[in-house]
Amino acid sequence: MIQLPKDILGLKELSAEQIQHILDTAVVCKDIFKRDLKKIPTLRGKTVVTLFFEPSTRTRTSFEIAGKWMSADVVNLTVSSSSVAKGESFVDTGRTLEAMGVDVIIIRHSLAGTPKLLADTVSAHVINAGDGAHEHPTQGLLDLYTIREKMGRIAGLKVAIVGDILHSRVAKSNIYGLLKMGAEVTVVGPPTLMPRGIEQLGVRVEHSLDAVLNQVDVVNILRIQLERQQRGYFPTKKEYSKLFGVNMERLSKAGNDVLIMHPGPANLGVEIAEEVSVHPQSVITEQVTNGVAVRMALLYLLTGGGSKDEILH
Amino acid sequence: MKYCIKNGKIIDPAGGYVGVGDILIDNGKIAAIDGEISADDAEIISAEGKMVFPGLIDLHTHLREPGREDEETIATGTKAALKGGFTAVACMANTQPVADNGVVISFILEKARKEAYTKVYPLGAITKGLKGEELAEMGDMVASGAYGFSDDGNTLMNASVLRLAIEYASMFDRPLMLHQEDVNLAGNGVMHEGYWSTVLGLPGIPDIAEAAIIARDLTIAEFTGFPVHCCHVSTKKGVELIRVAKARGVRVTAEATPHHLTLTDAMIETFDTVYRVSPPLRSEEDVEALRQGVQDGTIDVIATDHAPHSLEEKHREFSLAPNGMIGLETALAVIWTEMVCTGILTPEQLVERMSVNPARILKVAGGRLRPGDPADVVIFNPDKQWTVRSEELVSKSKNSPFIGKKLNGRVESVWVDGMLKYCNENFT
Repeated sequence: MIQLPKDILGLKELSAEQIQHILDTAVVCKDIFKRDLKKIPTLRGKTVVTLFFEPSTRTRTSFEIAGKWMSADVVNLTVSSSSVAKGESFVDTGRTLEAMGVDVIIIRHSLAGTPKLLADTVSAHVINAGDGAHEHPTQGLLDLYTIREKMGRIAGLKVAIVGDILHSRVAKSNIYGLLKMGAEVTVVGPPTLMPRGIEQLGVRVEHSLDAVLNQVDVVNILRIQLERQQRGYFPTKKEYSKLFGVNMERLSKAGNDVLIMHPGPANLGVEIAEEVSVHPQSVITEQVTNGVAVRMALLYLLTGGGSKDEILH
Repeated sequence: MKYCIKNGKIIDPAGGYVGVGDILIDNGKIAAIDGEISADDAEIISAEGKMVFPGLIDLHTHLREPGREDEETIATGTKAALKGGFTAVACMANTQPVADNGVVISFILEKARKEAYTKVYPLGAITKGLKGEELAEMGDMVASGAYGFSDDGNTLMNASVLRLAIEYASMFDRPLMLHQEDVNLAGNGVMHEGYWSTVLGLPGIPDIAEAAIIARDLTIAEFTGFPVHCCHVSTKKGVELIRVAKARGVRVTAEATPHHLTLTDAMIETFDTVYRVSPPLRSEEDVEALRQGVQDGTIDVIATDHAPHSLEEKHREFSLAPNGMIGLETALAVIWTEMVCTGILTPEQLVERMSVNPARILKVAGGRLRPGDPADVVIFNPDKQWTVRSEELVSKSKNSPFIGKKLNGRVESVWVDGMLKYCNENFT
């Protein structure tokens, strides 16, 4: 019996077996998409709160749907960043939710480490839905799920992660997850957007996308935050797109079965051309679908679910 | 009151006495120091098997008064100092209001006269409001009793202001203590930039933020010909720059803190804000270089940067928590455990870094036990093991990174100006 930790704060803390277990459970959860009536009683009586300190529609909606399909009561809390400025204590917010008897808190925050602080404060399960440049474990899991589903395996694959590695929690969770599952990872981007010591995580660092593209099985393209340009990390959007944007011309030079991924929301025409995003090799919409399945699996496993065979019955 | 401390191992490198002997304290001064002293009318204190040091002097303390008396006061901060073996502390200017004028300096000295457990040497701001723009009234502050100048955690980013400050302060023959971190390179960083900041996703402060400013400041100091003091050096690059400058004859002194000498950025792995400090905890390589710097004298002083913060302020998101950790009660034992017991420093070198050199830099009496010197004396039991416990700390704030740590060596008795102020866990 494979146990998960109380909280899912990052993929760094999970073993390959635990990741595999989550992915296997998600396979069963995904079956619900085929149903006409998408509601199962698995989490009836459980309360799930999404606590978002940073705007997000995709991730939150994905968690909300995952919870609701499993009959949990899902409460959405959006805490504006101004509450922080007003001096509202983060720890106090956690204690308040705890006192209301919630079972799972899903947190998104712009500052790294806040899910850990919350997890140390409450006995409820905490799922990190993205914290600063630290981790975004459910994105990592859904990316792993998608790769495994499409390619039939993860071990031995070559994966490139392209873009703003410095500020990307998606990159980090992908790196941990992919390496644990036996893939090879190359990170690609300008030196100004590479964090120091990233190679110590076990990845290869490249600054030329063209040099990498025809050597990999999967290209995961990160969203480029346009405000980074103002901070001087790269000169213009145009130049970024020219050097690191994945367009049809670049795609044609890559292998015919290379998988194109993007965690969304994409800046179409900047890091990824619209034709590429809807190309048959792109799995961007499947990533979204798989996100719901993976999150269902996590909610189920964290709240005491045992065998995956019991989920749908 | 007369005291005769008998048979202690006296460590007085500045006075030239290292060995077992007796010390006679009379009328606030050291009356005699010798192999054996008979004094029938003195209270006899046995220091058999213990060590006797000149009182430690902390060059870098935050007493938080006036302004943040909820975190520390002159009374509680100096009480913590006394318990840690310090007989004097130099307190930083970042109070509220800022100690950038004679009135605030006078207030601190007046409060200290009434309430402090140790001597208090106030440091005034270099610039008005610690803003780095216009020079503060240094002359007025010296007249009111300031012992030196520092803009505390703020770097003088305008090099021209620094030049003027060094030149102007030279009139008063008081140390200029500089925080050295380029604010642009540091950006919104909250920890050392390196492997761990990458793993944790926290914005990093590169070591070059410190080194670039140290290089600049040393160049300017050399140009003026006047001395500067580098506060809490944290990087290998910084140590190397200072070593080279000293060899070239630049008048520079430097300090390092017990936490930078013993802790690394890896401690932040659990996002525990007790490890958030400015400058940030650095890599193992930096710690090693810093230790070598203290050993070879490149770093003159070990100073605490005792920075009390309330639980509410510290118990929050890492990026929003304030910088700083307390250190007065643990500094001596931490250095003893980590640097003397491990053979990096001799007891004499420890006394030089924590007593002799701070006295020299502040240009105050102390750091020595010759007849006629003020009787600031510590009896230290090197064999006593103890565990740092939050509830036993007398500082008003409990933000110590050493809580739970087992340390060697404990202060047993402390005299300040000949008065026995602390003895066997009791304040008298």
